[in-house]
Amino acid sequence: MADQLTIRETAAPAAGVRVPSANIYAPRWRNFVFVAPFLFFFTTLLIFPLLWGMWLSFHKADTFSTGRFVGLDNYVRLFHDKVFVQSVWNTFYFVLLTVPTLALIGLFLALCLNRRTRTAAVLRTLFFSSSVLSVTIVTLIWRIVYIPNVGLLSTIYGWFGATAPAFISDPNLAMIGIAIATIWWCIGLPMMLFLSALQQIPQDIYEAAALDNANRWQTLRSITLPSIKRTFILVIIIQIVLQFQLFGQAWLMTRGGPNNLTKPIVLYIYDTAFRRWDLGMGAAASEILFVLILIAAMAQYLVTRNKGDQA
Amino acid sequence: MSAPATSIKGRAFGDRVLLALVILLSIIMIAPVLWVIGLSLKENAELMANPNSVFHAPYTSKNYINTIGTSSVFRWVLNSIIVSGGLTLGTLILSSLAGYGFARLNFPGRNILFVIVLFGLAVPEQAVLVARHQIFSMLKFHNTYHGLILPGLSASFGVFLMTQYFRAIPKELDEAAMLDNASRFRIFWKVLLPLTVPAQATLGIFTFLSAWNDYFWPLISATKKDMFTLTVGMASTQTNFAQSEGIGFLMAQAVFAGAPILIIYLFFQKYIVTAVSGAAVR
Repeated sequence: MADQLTIRETAAPAAGVRVPSANIYAPRWRNFVFVAPFLFFFTTLLIFPLLWGMWLSFHKADTFSTGRFVGLDNYVRLFHDKVFVQSVWNTFYFVLLTVPTLALIGLFLALCLNRRTRTAAVLRTLFFSSSVLSVTIVTLIWRIVYIPNVGLLSTIYGWFGATAPAFISDPNLAMIGIAIATIWWCIGLPMMLFLSALQQIPQDIYEAAALDNANRWQTLRSITLPSIKRTFILVIIIQIVLQFQLFGQAWLMTRGGPNNLTKPIVLYIYDTAFRRWDLGMGAAASEILFVLILIAAMAQYLVTRNKGDQA
Repeated sequence: MSAPATSIKGRAFGDRVLLALVILLSIIMIAPVLWVIGLSLKENAELMANPNSVFHAPYTSKNYINTIGTSSVFRWVLNSIIVSGGLTLGTLILSSLAGYGFARLNFPGRNILFVIVLFGLAVPEQAVLVARHQIFSMLKFHNTYHGLILPGLSASFGVFLMTQYFRAIPKELDEAAMLDNASRFRIFWKVLLPLTVPAQATLGIFTFLSAWNDYFWPLISATKKDMFTLTVGMASTQTNFAQSEGIGFLMAQAVFAGAPILIIYLFFQKYIVTAVSGAAVR
């Protein structure tokens, strides 16, 4: 490419036309000016805080000063803090509740709504619409649904003469309540990802299967599901990364209670760093969260890379 | 080797079960929203007395009138517009310039820098929050508009998107312009940028929506009531709800905040879905 351009230029110099003597694709400091503005913000607001946060996690810090160096003390304190350990369990439990459900329901909806009818289009719009709402609105809606005696859930149970489960106040059910609200909120994305994967399966395979008299279940098992295997893994990993960062729903619906049973890691960070102002410990907790998420994000990168190679 | 096809009756039954399931899920999706709208149209006192009253008249628009009358809400909407708009504009400018730079130009360290930028995609917000908060405290950036806008400008997603998009444009266009003595910037401005309008729309809408719905950073950075964004502001009124303002009023606030977003969604559906799916897959 570079050679072509140089040859072209030297071959046709008309009178008065400036002929660039050097290779246009050669590295030039001058070109840096295009990426410099972004890189300025990127470095100062992402890279620097990232490293600074790691540095902070080794200190006893507060809002205005770094405080004194304490080495791994923050991390040791974290592992001995029952609330932190509980929050890690809570987060894993939450991810276990939401991720498989989101993937399976998303896949189910994609399979059912993958047609060109008006109804399917309307329903697809419906299922994705919850995803554009903010966490505030979603939690407002679901708190009102869960309210004992007065809420939608209680009202519906009331029609059958039963009492609704106490999804917010019951220690055993609280996380499930948050999970249900979250699934309601996030179902759009998995559905869309599966839809685009399904639409990439060539029709000929289905026609061949129909000629062979395969029934629907067989077609599903032998053709459809294997074709979207990679997308399925991708959806799982994306949702793991996303749901690991649970904060708003827990903070607004249950405040992490009852008994810290619905307190995810991010809420622990918020509590520690921004309510108790123990910034060093909060930084340490966020480093641990970062490592956990990084593992999942790396897995996602590897899966999508393989997908690109095979395609 | 052929297997017998499902009988016609079998298919019809299976179809009905699937349809029933889809309808059930659809009801679960929409029922809470209808409930909230219903509640917002009822008198607070009436709801406290008998929750089932939501199903029959009389309905009232009093809650909405009260919402509009509450001055804070408009301030919050204004803040959200300024912050989201500012961030969107900034992101579009920075990402387009950088995308062009990474896609078309060569400079020392380009490839390594691009990899580092990609790494930025894997960094979750929580890993930089605490440090950013401390830095902004020292710089006195809290409770300011720039305090809310700046962090978002460091996001790699926009640069990644624009770089991919620029890369896809055929190089012949650049070369044709170069034969006409165009400078690099001119090529960017006149030739390539106009071709990226779909990517700009996608990136713009996605950035605006994410900024509008952002909760954590505005929560810890904008602590004064008049600097709240709509998302944070509304959450702050939620606290003791069964006891305080009244359920009808709170629901009216929810509808008031959610309706514009949903309307925008309905109009720009294509872009929003593309953007969100693209962001997730990276």
